[in-house]
Amino acid sequence: MARIEAEVGKPKGGLMKWIDDRFPFTETLKYHATEYYASKNFNFWYVFGVLAFVVLAIQIVTGLFLTMNYKPSAAEAFASVEYIMRDVEWGWLIRYLHSTGASFFFIVVYLHMFRAMLYGSYKKPRELIWIIGMLIFFVLMAEAFAGYLLPWGQMSYWGAQVIISLFGAVPVVGEAIVELIRGDYSISDITLNRFFALHVIALPLALIGLVFVHIVALHEVGSNNPDGVEIKEHKGADGIPLDGIAFHPYHTSKDLVAIIIFLMIFSAVVFFAPDMGGYFLEHANFEPANLRATPEHIAPVWYFTPFYAILRAVPDKLWGAILMAGAVLLPVFLPWLDRSRVKSIRYRGWIYKLSLTTFAISFLILGWLGTQPADGVYVLAARIFSILYFAFFLLMPYYTAIDKTKPVPERVVYHG
Amino acid sequence: MNDDETDQIDRNRRHFLTVATAVTGLAGVGLVAVPFLSSLKPSARAQALGAPVEVSIGSMQPGEMVRVLWRGRLVFVLRRSEEMLARLADSEAELRDPDSEVVEQQPVYAANATRSVRPEFLIVEGSCTHLGCAPIEDFEVRPAEGWQGGFFCPCHGSKFDLAGRVYQGVPAPTNLRIPPHRFVRDDLVLIGQDTGAA
Repeated sequence: MARIEAEVGKPKGGLMKWIDDRFPFTETLKYHATEYYASKNFNFWYVFGVLAFVVLAIQIVTGLFLTMNYKPSAAEAFASVEYIMRDVEWGWLIRYLHSTGASFFFIVVYLHMFRAMLYGSYKKPRELIWIIGMLIFFVLMAEAFAGYLLPWGQMSYWGAQVIISLFGAVPVVGEAIVELIRGDYSISDITLNRFFALHVIALPLALIGLVFVHIVALHEVGSNNPDGVEIKEHKGADGIPLDGIAFHPYHTSKDLVAIIIFLMIFSAVVFFAPDMGGYFLEHANFEPANLRATPEHIAPVWYFTPFYAILRAVPDKLWGAILMAGAVLLPVFLPWLDRSRVKSIRYRGWIYKLSLTTFAISFLILGWLGTQPADGVYVLAARIFSILYFAFFLLMPYYTAIDKTKPVPERVVYHG
Repeated sequence: MNDDETDQIDRNRRHFLTVATAVTGLAGVGLVAVPFLSSLKPSARAQALGAPVEVSIGSMQPGEMVRVLWRGRLVFVLRRSEEMLARLADSEAELRDPDSEVVEQQPVYAANATRSVRPEFLIVEGSCTHLGCAPIEDFEVRPAEGWQGGFFCPCHGSKFDLAGRVYQGVPAPTNLRIPPHRFVRDDLVLIGQDTGAA
């Protein structure tokens, strides 16, 4: 007994030393957790990065178990999903966790992105973190789109038909690109098979790689905070930022509370409203794909509808596709469009506050319009809110330059 | 090796070797990419399954339409009545391409007023030229709405007449595509092929 206690009491030795001599385990743990100092004034908006990580884990684990019973063939796909729902023990739970997880992934990621817009987290020196984040968003969209084809329902088939046809709008090579995506003259068994490959191998690998790089870049420059103050500019004698506290155990224990609340809401949806009234799982998708008839009303899943509404607002195929792509790509340039001297909305003037509010409302209304039929007053509304959406980005260099800002404090402050 | 030798590095030679290695490597990557990208194209089986389909039209009544699949694509075969054919000329002013001038949208033998080989039979792909939804047939004439009968796309509201010609002011840019086809016998049409023996 005495000898064992003596071993434990040593500052560094035994197994940990053996590992650390060969792999920077303790060093990495310190760098990314126990000695990673993030601002002490984080608020509610700062939990969505961790939550996105939690959802990614849920999707990978549930996805792995779904592939064990799913069959990626046009003849068997729809039936194999029904088999998972009815005959596989707890299969319904695993599938609903995965389908609900997809929607929550976007909820969490949209809120995470909105946080960056509230507090200027994309501004210097965090431009690259923002760009990597946007790449994650693009891969996530591709992942969700590929996944939606897999159940081979009516909406899977016709939704894919519409989105793949968008590439046909590219002049000259459009049709060749479309054929290369489908691997056939129409969306078929071959298309389903390759979308499965993308959904379970290529895109998740890209996603995990990008998330890793996103976090490495974040930990290099340090997290922003609701005041938009650089905490590294005021360090104590020990070299630790005065306003920083260690990520572990302080931020992790706070995040744990957020994770528990998140899982409560998530479980409530999984158990009581997995289709969310047709928004998370569209009703037309409970019918197998019918190549002879498009559903009466076709709309993508809710997380694509803001962009879909922009597409439909344009009465021209090529321009519709260009504006839709533009709407998705424009946020990438935020670090350079925003000319304000301050980061946080707390110290910005009324023009930015009004613009960001208008943008958020436009995005939500476009999302709702994208689920509605494309006629009459809906199209007119979609046009108005599309203009507001684009104006937020394109006019940003002007209004952020003239907007009156308040003085930013040296150190972080507490409000209320 | 003495100091003189290490100081005299031939930088031009080094640069040449670096560039030559990079270019050779990239050429190799490019060549290896060919089989991978080619594997994404329609396979031999997909091409074989894309063979022409025969449709028996002997028993079709005027105004009747059947839906067939060719290469997994929906094709409408509509037997137009005399009255339907007469209506084609009425709405020409509202069409985007009434004379079928966009050459990719039909074989030369269908680039005529009725967009057909035999005016009675319209053979057209049921795939909206906007984003590929299947248009819905609506042959009822409703003068109050300005509707002469034709096809309506449920996805984004594109409209086509009884020859698959697109109306102005809708998202679809061109007329519905006419697939290659020929009449093998009086009561049999082959869709997907217009030359050679049946």
